[in-house]
Amino acid sequence: MSNGARVLVSVPGVDSDCVLFQQGDVDAFESLFRLHQRAVYSWILRIVRNPSAAEELVVESFWRIYRARATFDAARDFAPWARRIATRVALDWLRAQRPETELNEETMATLSASEKTNPGVAAEIRQKTAEAFARLPYKLRAAAVLAVVEEQSHKEVAEALGISVAAVKLRVFRAVRLLRKDLERHGIKP
Amino acid sequence: MNDEVRMKKLLKQAVRPVDVRAEPARDLWPAVLRRIDQDTGTDASVQSGWLWLDGALLAGLVVLGVSFPTTIPLLLYYL
Repeated sequence: MSNGARVLVSVPGVDSDCVLFQQGDVDAFESLFRLHQRAVYSWILRIVRNPSAAEELVVESFWRIYRARATFDAARDFAPWARRIATRVALDWLRAQRPETELNEETMATLSASEKTNPGVAAEIRQKTAEAFARLPYKLRAAAVLAVVEEQSHKEVAEALGISVAAVKLRVFRAVRLLRKDLERHGIKP
Repeated sequence: MNDEVRMKKLLKQAVRPVDVRAEPARDLWPAVLRRIDQDTGTDASVQSGWLWLDGALLAGLVVLGVSFPTTIPLLLYYL
């Protein structure tokens, strides 16, 4: 797919692929895709915890990235901009998932497997915690999984979610509080 | 250990681990390209669909005007 001749004005410190991508050049977009797909995949995987879904969401993210190219500022870094779009895609996916379907066989198998790596916590408590976590509102879940489970900095999480650091801290706090209440309701005292 | 720290530790142990260093199992670029092409195709078909519809309506009005000239003032009244 070619978009005809493009004018490339070389500006110091500005990636030429970014400039061409912004103009709709698919070859430049492929270069950016090859360079950033792994990071985008890894970030999405951190949020959705499902490798096959993460692959589909990478495709969706880069499609949205391509569509939004006119809003991209070529003088700025491509990676954080792409990450924000990928985060929105992952959040949309989380929102669309029904809590009862999130703990599918694949997840349960992983939970069983993780007993070996975390023998200190009873399997039942872990399972109930995972179920309670799946019932959390998707925005709280995303903030908690990134900040607590994946140990990403609050600043990084805030940038990806497009919210302030204080809002990230609040979401994590609320997630933990709701999780505790949910577990207590199910007879588990963490 | 306070409640919040204990809950966070429990959460880390409960949520399934993922290999964040892993790469996608397949080359995703062809799928991205297909998606872009589909999108372009959809836009074009929607646009050509409207053009076709506009043309058909115009042709219908012309035929109506030629066949029944008395309807022209009526059509103009409703336009």
